Amino acid sequence: MSKQLNVALIGNPNTGKTSVFNALTGLNQKVGNYPGITVDKKQGVCRLSRGVKAHVLDLPGTYSLNASSLDENVVIELLLNKKDKDYPDVAVIVSDVENLKRNLLLFTQVKDLKIPTILVINMSDVMTRKGISLDIDILEQKLHTKIALVSTRKNSGIQELKTLIENYKNLSTQNCLDTSTIDPAYFDRLKIAFPNQDLYKLWLVITQDVNFGKITRQELDVSKFKTKSSSELKRLQQKEAIKRYQFINNVLKEGQNIDRSKARDLRSKLDKILIHKVWGYVIFFIILLAIFQAIYDWATFPMDLIDTTFAGLAEWVKTAFPNGGKVTDLVAEGIVSGIGGIVIFIPQIAFLFLFISILEESGYMSRVVFLMDRIMRRFGLSGKSLVPLISGTACAIPAVMATRNIENWKERLITILVTPFTTCSARLPVYLIIIALVIPEGYIFGLSYQALTLMLLYLIGFAMAVLSAYVLDRVMTTNRKTFFVVEMPNYKLPLLKNVCITVFEKTKTFVLEAGKIILAISIILWVLASYGPGQKFKNAETIVANEFSDSSATDLDDRVAAYKLEHSYIGLIGKTIEPAIKPLGYDWKIGIGLVASFAAREVFVGTLATIYSVGSANENESIDTIKTKMSNETYADGSKVFTFASGISLLLFYAFAMQCMSTLAIVKRETKSWKWPILQLIGMSIIAYLCALIAFQILK
Amino acid sequence: MGLTIADLKKGEQGIITDSSSKNIPLKLLEMGCLPGNRVKLLQLAPFSDPMYLNINDSYLAIRKETAAQIIIEKTNE
Repeated sequence: MSKQLNVALIGNPNTGKTSVFNALTGLNQKVGNYPGITVDKKQGVCRLSRGVKAHVLDLPGTYSLNASSLDENVVIELLLNKKDKDYPDVAVIVSDVENLKRNLLLFTQVKDLKIPTILVINMSDVMTRKGISLDIDILEQKLHTKIALVSTRKNSGIQELKTLIENYKNLSTQNCLDTSTIDPAYFDRLKIAFPNQDLYKLWLVITQDVNFGKITRQELDVSKFKTKSSSELKRLQQKEAIKRYQFINNVLKEGQNIDRSKARDLRSKLDKILIHKVWGYVIFFIILLAIFQAIYDWATFPMDLIDTTFAGLAEWVKTAFPNGGKVTDLVAEGIVSGIGGIVIFIPQIAFLFLFISILEESGYMSRVVFLMDRIMRRFGLSGKSLVPLISGTACAIPAVMATRNIENWKERLITILVTPFTTCSARLPVYLIIIALVIPEGYIFGLSYQALTLMLLYLIGFAMAVLSAYVLDRVMTTNRKTFFVVEMPNYKLPLLKNVCITVFEKTKTFVLEAGKIILAISIILWVLASYGPGQKFKNAETIVANEFSDSSATDLDDRVAAYKLEHSYIGLIGKTIEPAIKPLGYDWKIGIGLVASFAAREVFVGTLATIYSVGSANENESIDTIKTKMSNETYADGSKVFTFASGISLLLFYAFAMQCMSTLAIVKRETKSWKWPILQLIGMSIIAYLCALIAFQILK
Repeated sequence: MGLTIADLKKGEQGIITDSSSKNIPLKLLEMGCLPGNRVKLLQLAPFSDPMYLNINDSYLAIRKETAAQIIIEKTNE
């Protein structure tokens, strides 16, 4: 087998880098993790001509090789480490035709590392509309590179890019900036100390420690070199940036012409409305409202379908294999209802990711950051905290990871700590089923009561996040300076292909990751519910028969099953915690659900499904949908378990409690300490308990 | 003397004369916030913070406290 051709895609955020990646690789891509850190590693395979395949790595977006975040650090570490198996044979710098000047800064840096480099100028389809004309020959000559004019929107230029990649050996590795001109005296010293090394590489290794932290896989040991103070180094970095822009301006003076009179300005027109001091907020609120209405309404149909399909499937298993005994029971009640509990998530998660990716792709998200920064800052957060808080409505795990672009550590930490309060999609099934049980149907102004309740729950989540951020901000002290730089990208119509791939990838990851846990817990729960300790469980039939000797046969079966469940392992757990949760309005069956939910909250509905289908012993009765079962659930005195009061109490408990092991693990990883996740777990549980307690005691 | 980006009014422009304060992040410098480059204030969020700017043809938003570190000279179109 020949050596594989490694291609690294590098570029500023908002340049359509990922679109180029999607165009090159199609669906031949996979998302993994870089070892030891949780930065998404997106790689794919691209077929070049004559059966040659290239391995394409989509590196995190960065403005420069001087990393200021973990994501950006991935780029520099790879490019400085020739031994890395992903070290690129050729780097493809993706730039946006409208921001060529700024994008070229990164290009010149990568080029100066002597890596063969191709320049992609993306969004070439808007050139005429924006009055931009380019002289590609001059640009190629001045930048010592090959250029591919690409439009991922019009799907043009990709073939040319593939040809350039294939012929990467013809690329020049001439540098753009002679590093030593930044400070001749300093670099002369450096050259003498490390005669065999590339100056620019040395310079990056030295300054990287200043900007961000140790390069872990560096080949160079520069620690012995007596360098300058960090403020002096920063002055040199500024000088470097000035020199690079001088070079770029000279190139663009000849190679680019912009006729601004021709430019039609969509940006300022839209900005006038979308970040208006009043209308901006009104529009943002309306968009949020529309999203929640859509998730609630549109997803109902596929969800009902999935619900009935799985109920039917479980029924079918029972009738098709009546003699399977325990195995049939395990499949029908444990596995099938467990899988059903996962699959039922898909419509809503997909819708959520759909909206989030549209907001991101269109450029609107940055406007929201701009609008909200001042308000968020009052609570110790940053405008950038809004992206994690909004992504938190899908899942707290990517949301906690999305805090990485918050430059200020304190703002970032607070964001991480409060993000799990936002209503993640795992809470949705719990909310949906309880809302359906206790909130009446009906409409006000065309919005259903149930949708409004859901919206209210999301708002309560945000409110609690913001409130606790405010408290944390008061309690924590820090002396680090705050930085805040947000690019306001051009408005773009989101590309359908990109949106679809994002929705597909994220939903898949979520279902597989969460699914494993849910399935495992479903099976464990089934086992715990089907077996019990001691004589009471074993001799359930005789005990019940003695006690209710005058009952009919079916009635007796029901009583036996209920008695068994009560004395199974899980029943014992539920019973044990019942005194603690009784004041919140829950019985021991809900208690079982709560216990299981501390692993992952999405387990709640599946758990109740398992418990109630175990509890209903009547074999001839069709396996009913979970909702009907829950609404029929009563206490011994005949009063309903799920009332308005206990429903609201449960909703509040789920809104505030920290019930997700995966999130705790991510928080530990991101904060590099157990202190914060433990604080989170205890704090959130206390808040949840108190709120649920107060609500139930007032409403009952 | 001593005029900064924070002193600009909506629609006004200036030329950056000094951006060497240590409180200005390198990222902002690399995005074009360098002496000699043009800066225009496009829009302000409520309470005049953050500020939406065009610096060196890049569209950025920065906080007022950072903007107050960047020395400029006002220019007229």
